[in-house]
Amino acid sequence: MTFFLFLEQTLNAFQLGVMLFLMAAGLTLVFGIMNMINLAHGSFYMIGAYVAAYVGHVTGNFFIGVAVALPVAALTGMAVEITALRKLYNRDHLDQVLATFGLILFFNELTSIIWGPQAIFVPIPGLFEGSVELIPGAPYPIYRLVIIGAGLVVALLLRLLIVKTRTGMLIRAGASNREMVSALGVDIDRLYTVVFGLGALLAGLAGALAGPILATEIGMGENILILTFVVIIVGGIGSIRGALIGALLVGVVDTYGRAFLPAILRSLFEDPSVADGVGASASSMSIYILMAVVLIFKPRGLFQAYG
Amino acid sequence: MNKKILGAVAAMTLLSAPAMAADPVKIGMITTLSGGGSSLGIDIRDGFQLAVNMRGGMLGDQQVELIISDDARKVGNAKQIADRMLKRDKVDVMTGIVWSNLALAVVPSVTKAGKFYLSPNAGPSKLAGEGCHMNYFNVAWQNDNLHEAAGQYVNDKAHRSVYIMAPNYPAGKDALAGFKRYYKGNIAGEVYTKLGQVDYAAELANLRAASPDAVFFFLPGGMGINFVKQYAQAGLNKTTPLYGPAFSFDEGILKAVGDTALGVFNTSQWNKDIKNAANIDFVTNFHKTYGRYPSLYASQGFDTALLLDSAIRAVGGDMSKKDAFRSALKAAKFQSVRGPFKFGPNHHPIQDIYVREVYKDGDNITNRIVGKVFSNHGDAYAADCKM
Repeated sequence: MTFFLFLEQTLNAFQLGVMLFLMAAGLTLVFGIMNMINLAHGSFYMIGAYVAAYVGHVTGNFFIGVAVALPVAALTGMAVEITALRKLYNRDHLDQVLATFGLILFFNELTSIIWGPQAIFVPIPGLFEGSVELIPGAPYPIYRLVIIGAGLVVALLLRLLIVKTRTGMLIRAGASNREMVSALGVDIDRLYTVVFGLGALLAGLAGALAGPILATEIGMGENILILTFVVIIVGGIGSIRGALIGALLVGVVDTYGRAFLPAILRSLFEDPSVADGVGASASSMSIYILMAVVLIFKPRGLFQAYG
Repeated sequence: MNKKILGAVAAMTLLSAPAMAADPVKIGMITTLSGGGSSLGIDIRDGFQLAVNMRGGMLGDQQVELIISDDARKVGNAKQIADRMLKRDKVDVMTGIVWSNLALAVVPSVTKAGKFYLSPNAGPSKLAGEGCHMNYFNVAWQNDNLHEAAGQYVNDKAHRSVYIMAPNYPAGKDALAGFKRYYKGNIAGEVYTKLGQVDYAAELANLRAASPDAVFFFLPGGMGINFVKQYAQAGLNKTTPLYGPAFSFDEGILKAVGDTALGVFNTSQWNKDIKNAANIDFVTNFHKTYGRYPSLYASQGFDTALLLDSAIRAVGGDMSKKDAFRSALKAAKFQSVRGPFKFGPNHHPIQDIYVREVYKDGDNITNRIVGKVFSNHGDAYAADCKM
């Protein structure tokens, strides 16, 4: 195993982490501030991917596709919040899980009706085609670097939003004490709708960006949703900083696990087929082990959200 | 007056007598219609449904009642649905399961209940060897088959080292075992990935570092789309040729990966350009009905319905004649869309396996047959099957 391979895998880990962060940022806001378990978050990711793919295909411009996908995802999120989820805030988590699971089925079926059951093709935008040789011997796709860049920009913008703006202040206040915030005359319903829309927008962005490298297919959101929940639990529910650190941690552990564990186990076991079997299972468990370890030492996640 | 009523009643009983004998044959279909991998289940269902529709809602000249349920690729769901179909709906025959891990959980309970199971896809080695059952028939292939053909083909191409990949579930293990059974060169790396994995960057980096002569991968559905796209984006398609079974290059995947798969060779027991009357009929009708070309999964669903058609006709729709029904299934007297077809001693197909090339037909990216790898190919587990 060479040093360059290690570097390349680190870059891969980083890219996966950033992708997870885009999903996790929205989910953690919704979960942390509204205390709402939203399984349908993956559906906004799917909507973002499909709308970006469709508009991108019709207009022939990937960026227009992304630009249209963001408001569509946000508006869908807000519409769902106003019509369905608002009634669930004071209910049990189990009710929320059931209702939002129903929404997953609804959106999957809707997508199937609009775009058909088969996965659709999304090309890489011409501008970002090809690869650069950052690390000798390992050409790295430019588009993946773009995703890393986009994710970091979003992280920065979110930080500015939360720390520097009035909306951000309200979000923080809402997370620590919602009764007090509404007692002070803030329209908490509207705040929730805005936060939910923001979460959906971020999920839509993740989906739109994922289109060119991943399969744009029905149910694509559910695959990534579980990882996303691991991220926000590791990072601390409600904390944007936690989501970023958690996402990067999960990205690193998952990628290193897949990249290096099988080889290490092969040197430990005599029978390579046993080693491969154990390696595959161990690497798919690695992030859950990470989660368990974090929860033992920090039961509320690495970063506790405001208060 | 009384006589008249009696007469009418007698006439009514006469009329209804044949109708009672012809209670619809109940077929339970459990397949994956939502979530990851749903395109496979949808194709199987559509292929099967097409055969029924082309016969006016009948199979073997009998009305059939097709009960379809979605397992969402979850073992728990599949088991629960199977239970419901067996106990509440009292189905006669079951079919539909796409994934081997689901089939392994469901099939034994179906055969134990004395019902028949016809697999339109999953063919795990366990059910072909020691775990075979007289009421279990596989209409598609034993899992290893297409991978064995790929192994043979890659071996013939004289690639000295191959990197092989599959998901970590029973069919993935079968796939790589099948490939290695016929590929005699050096295995540069053997990797099992998560079922449903979306990002393969880590695996691709390791693959490049191992610098093999060729890559063989089995990743059906969305996994295949992700992998093929990312393989090309990493620039590997220019240096290292890809090989796979048809599952890694079905119509759904090709539509979603664009030009990047052009020129790739893959192995299949069926393709839409096989020239026989049944297949031409099937491809035309499928395209007309659903507006897309069928995949091999659709062909397997269609063939499953044709096999049922022949066996139901043989017993005249009387599903209580289990022995006669079983021998009719075993005889496989139907024109398979893939051409010659018969069952081996373990009720798994003996068939030809072809190699296909991905090419561009106008705007449509699809497969064409370029050669035959095996003739009358059975499976490696038949000897272990004691029925």
